[in-house]
Amino acid sequence: MTSHDPAAPAWTDAPGYRRDHGVHPPLDYPGYRSTALRHPSRRLRLLPHSLTEVTGPMLGEDRLGALDNDLTRQHDGEPQGQRIIVHGRLLDGDGRPVPHSLVEIWQANAGGRYRHTGDNWPCPLDPNFTGVGRTLTDAEGRYRFTTVRPGAYPWRNHDNAWRPAHIHFSLFGRAFTQRLVTQMYFPDDPLFFQDPMWNSIPDEAARQRLVARFDYANTAPEWALAYEWDIVLRGREATLFETEADDD
Amino acid sequence: MPGTTPSQTVGPYLHIGLPWPDGPFALAEGAPGGIWLRGVLYDGAGAPVPDGLIETWQADPDGRFDHPDDPRGAVAYPGLRAFGRCPTGPDGSWGVYTLKPGPVPGPGGVPQAPHIDVSVFARGMLHRTVTRVYFPDEPDANAADPVLSAIEDPAARATLVARPAPDGYRFDIRLQGNDETVFFDV
Repeated sequence: MTSHDPAAPAWTDAPGYRRDHGVHPPLDYPGYRSTALRHPSRRLRLLPHSLTEVTGPMLGEDRLGALDNDLTRQHDGEPQGQRIIVHGRLLDGDGRPVPHSLVEIWQANAGGRYRHTGDNWPCPLDPNFTGVGRTLTDAEGRYRFTTVRPGAYPWRNHDNAWRPAHIHFSLFGRAFTQRLVTQMYFPDDPLFFQDPMWNSIPDEAARQRLVARFDYANTAPEWALAYEWDIVLRGREATLFETEADDD
Repeated sequence: MPGTTPSQTVGPYLHIGLPWPDGPFALAEGAPGGIWLRGVLYDGAGAPVPDGLIETWQADPDGRFDHPDDPRGAVAYPGLRAFGRCPTGPDGSWGVYTLKPGPVPGPGGVPQAPHIDVSVFARGMLHRTVTRVYFPDEPDANAADPVLSAIEDPAARATLVARPAPDGYRFDIRLQGNDETVFFDV
């Protein structure tokens, strides 16, 4: 427990986080049919950032199991599929690393099936693959998972709809405002064109930020291919001091 | 400066990846003084949403945070993680066990009424939505709260105030419709 620092200022304003409107998909996106009844119809109200929003849970090692960062070693045998390393950095909008922050992933198996009672399309489950991982970023904001490349899978959103292969990522950063759940995609996926999740992102450059880079330099020889994917959370607004300096 | 990473939906299979066994316990199970904050997540047709996830974040009963960016200093409150996470059940229901937070200073030092920040994730939502829970036994603080009092429509304002329940409070979330919950751009 940290005790209250009597020298700390009584001042309780803290810089907020920069809003990143335009980067994210709209909540109402007819191409993804399930948004129809699940988006607010009223305009969102601007919430000024107070201490509740600039703080957040600092989750640590107690969230992790021993093999949570290696999805290929969570069972007696090894899962089917192409073994891959997925690694990268968690950054804020100023390019600074976000250290010691929880990263959670979940994904389909190599054939494109999730270990979930609601997923019953005709593709076998893999008894050696759960598809769930967790890790903490290190002091430089780096994370690393070993897993298998997930398969694409069909869904019923539109005629002959297929989801591009993807891994779900959940990030906390250090503030409630930085919370993000997203999906990592693989380079040159031929299914992007018909995927409403992908197409819902208004800006093409922002879409491309969801695509990992094939990383030959970090492949494990005779073991695993590698992909690198950096994740960028929102950055902080300038402090009062920096604002004054900018005005000079 | 690098552009931020866009949000994507949690999809229909969030239940394999996000829930934790102790997720609903923002306050350690069995710790004294706890309250249950419970509710149902509804869609625009009034149907419960069974594939959603609710997360909560809040101050401790003294209005403090165990976080380095609280300029008053980080303070750990015994048993309190202050973060709750609960998937919705087949009937759309969720619940978080926690302590009622204290008042939190707002921008400019204006006090805010006790509140809990809530994130809503679900299949069919391409981005989280954010709302706030206020408490029915804080009428004076609620009336003076800068966020709550800025909402002109009393019916909209009322969507942010929990109702008393036998073991705590009840807070239903309606994603869409006439009695739609107020959601915030954070």
